[in-house]
Amino acid sequence: MIFRKLLTAGAAGGLFAVLACGLVPAQAAADEPATPQPTPKVELVLDVSGSMRARDIDGESRMSAAKQAFDDVLDSVPQGVDLGIRTLGADYPGPDRKTGCKDTRLLYPVGPLDRTDAKTAVATLVPTGWTPIGPALLKAADDLKGGNGTRRMVLITDGEDTCAPLNPCDVARDIAARGIHLVIDTLGLIPDASTRNQLSCIAEATGGTYTSVEHRQQLTTKVKQLVHRSTAPVVTPVATEGSPSCADAPLLKQGIYTDRETFATSRWYRVEVQPGQELRASASVSDDRVVNANYGVLLRGVTQRGREIVRDDEAGTGRTDAVSAGIRYPKPHADSGTPAETVCLEVGNSFSAPASVKVVPGLPVELSIDLVHGPDQPSDVAFFGLGRGWWLLGLLALTGVVAGLITGWIARWSLNTGRTR
Amino acid sequence: MRIPRLLSAAAAAGAAALLALAGPAAADDPSATPSASASAGGSDTPPNEAGTNFLNATVLRQGQTGTASASAGDYLYWTFPADTGQHVTVNATVTFPAATPRHGASTWQVDVYDGLRRRQACRYGSQTRTAAADATSVALTCHLRAIRSWAEPWSNDPLRGAYYVRLTDLSLPPADLGLPVAASVQVTSDGTAGSQAVDGSVAPVVSANGPAVAPSGGWAGTWWSPRWLWTGGGGLLAALFAVGAHRLARGPVTRGGAGYRSDVPDSPREPAGWTS
Repeated sequence: MIFRKLLTAGAAGGLFAVLACGLVPAQAAADEPATPQPTPKVELVLDVSGSMRARDIDGESRMSAAKQAFDDVLDSVPQGVDLGIRTLGADYPGPDRKTGCKDTRLLYPVGPLDRTDAKTAVATLVPTGWTPIGPALLKAADDLKGGNGTRRMVLITDGEDTCAPLNPCDVARDIAARGIHLVIDTLGLIPDASTRNQLSCIAEATGGTYTSVEHRQQLTTKVKQLVHRSTAPVVTPVATEGSPSCADAPLLKQGIYTDRETFATSRWYRVEVQPGQELRASASVSDDRVVNANYGVLLRGVTQRGREIVRDDEAGTGRTDAVSAGIRYPKPHADSGTPAETVCLEVGNSFSAPASVKVVPGLPVELSIDLVHGPDQPSDVAFFGLGRGWWLLGLLALTGVVAGLITGWIARWSLNTGRTR
Repeated sequence: MRIPRLLSAAAAAGAAALLALAGPAAADDPSATPSASASAGGSDTPPNEAGTNFLNATVLRQGQTGTASASAGDYLYWTFPADTGQHVTVNATVTFPAATPRHGASTWQVDVYDGLRRRQACRYGSQTRTAAADATSVALTCHLRAIRSWAEPWSNDPLRGAYYVRLTDLSLPPADLGLPVAASVQVTSDGTAGSQAVDGSVAPVVSANGPAVAPSGGWAGTWWSPRWLWTGGGGLLAALFAVGAHRLARGPVTRGGAGYRSDVPDSPREPAGWTS
């Protein structure tokens, strides 16, 4: 009878436990922003310098390969992409460097695409002049001004810039530092070593890609791919400026932020965390120029009084695009009316560069801030305090045996001594 | 008489408990986060593009093979969901087209970052490999630690949420920079049968600023683990052993034995507390 009761009680207790556990709410997933994407803008920058006459792409001249590729690309530009075309070295054939280095023209303005007009404009191009990449990049960045969509520039050239001392790589870095999120992809047609270095440097400075092209089909597919990439939905980061100490640091909310940070320095930001919320911060520092082989990034969460709450650091060596670190800080639940806690975030880097490398503007920093519902604090590391494995079963069985023997002996003893009713 | 009855009652109670445990587990999964499953970024067609940074990483489902045509020197990013209790394996292959000969050996590496962009360790697998100049492809593997539902904020343990795969070359001859390559990535996982189940739960580590990532069936509920079966089964086992041991120790029920009143019909007349 007792056992039957015990069993019934146990089963009921188990069912109750199951019901109680089933009521533990599952955590909600991160909300997806449902804002419509603003119009992306793409500008193709084509080199029409004299060297484009060389006939070495599948037996054709570089110029005709580029024209055919443009025809294909213009046919396949996705709906809703504003496309423009700029040329460099298309008009001035003379020997005057000063004039030749200003020779860049907006062939087709950035806007909704009229394929026929654009194709006609491209067809008129004849390889002519110099290769003023730097000035063309500056002008193209102005062409892409305005709007909140993604901005992408595709630079197609067969030679390096002929307009020193303006280094196009520095130009690209300055453009990137304006905070307009312009990505420059570069394509080199049969590039030599110095062209390759320059183009990959431009791409690296803006987070773009570099491709060397040796066949016409390759050129077409790559440009199509890059134009299509502009339609990918991306959250546009907000430019901010961290301060050297927490006290006057900018107050950030949930979102994604960009900043610039010079070599081997720290910047501070502040975030307000409500009780019951979890702060999640990730920082990525990109190396957009040549840096020394060993580097690191530090992300710390610090109270306003200077006590460190949590930190993460990441070090590395060798080729990389960015180094990242991330922290979580769950603020425990508290009575209503408890004010939000201000957490100071420190983003530091230990990048260094050879003496020849310019250190201004600083390295690009991307800071992602999320504030989510805080986690359930476990009272026990094990899952609901439950056990698992044959040792557990053995122990429980042994306990059962011992308990059964004891109660059995007690029963026998009490019956034998007649101490029971 | 009574032993079979007791045993059958115990078995029935155990079966009921197991059913009650398993039932809600199956029903809970799809209903856990309906919003997440609706916005589960990836579609059924595997992606044929790769992102270029954390923000525009291409969403890849587990089991899908994501492909991308890229240039040597590119940084290729994918992102995939990993849920509690999974042992995740990331396989990446880089194929070099025969049409463009290369000038020397190149070293490739696959890195896995968690939703907080913390680099995750590979337990084993060839994460970095060097391909000879005449190799046609190079295969990279990374086996992650088991995904947990909760970890201390100060630890680097992998939490359920989005994970990023970064594929790139660490070194290559300068003349090979920008040459075309084809990349493919596949993410698979197997379960840990509750061996790593910890208490507590952290909201899936998916940044609202990045791509929306969730398993196709939504995030699993945080209360189910095979540990319920182990512990419940253990309790049942203990009860059965206790009954057996009790009967063994008390001795057999004999008619006319000392103090035994087994000649009396039991049910109606037995007072409460009598241990049969």
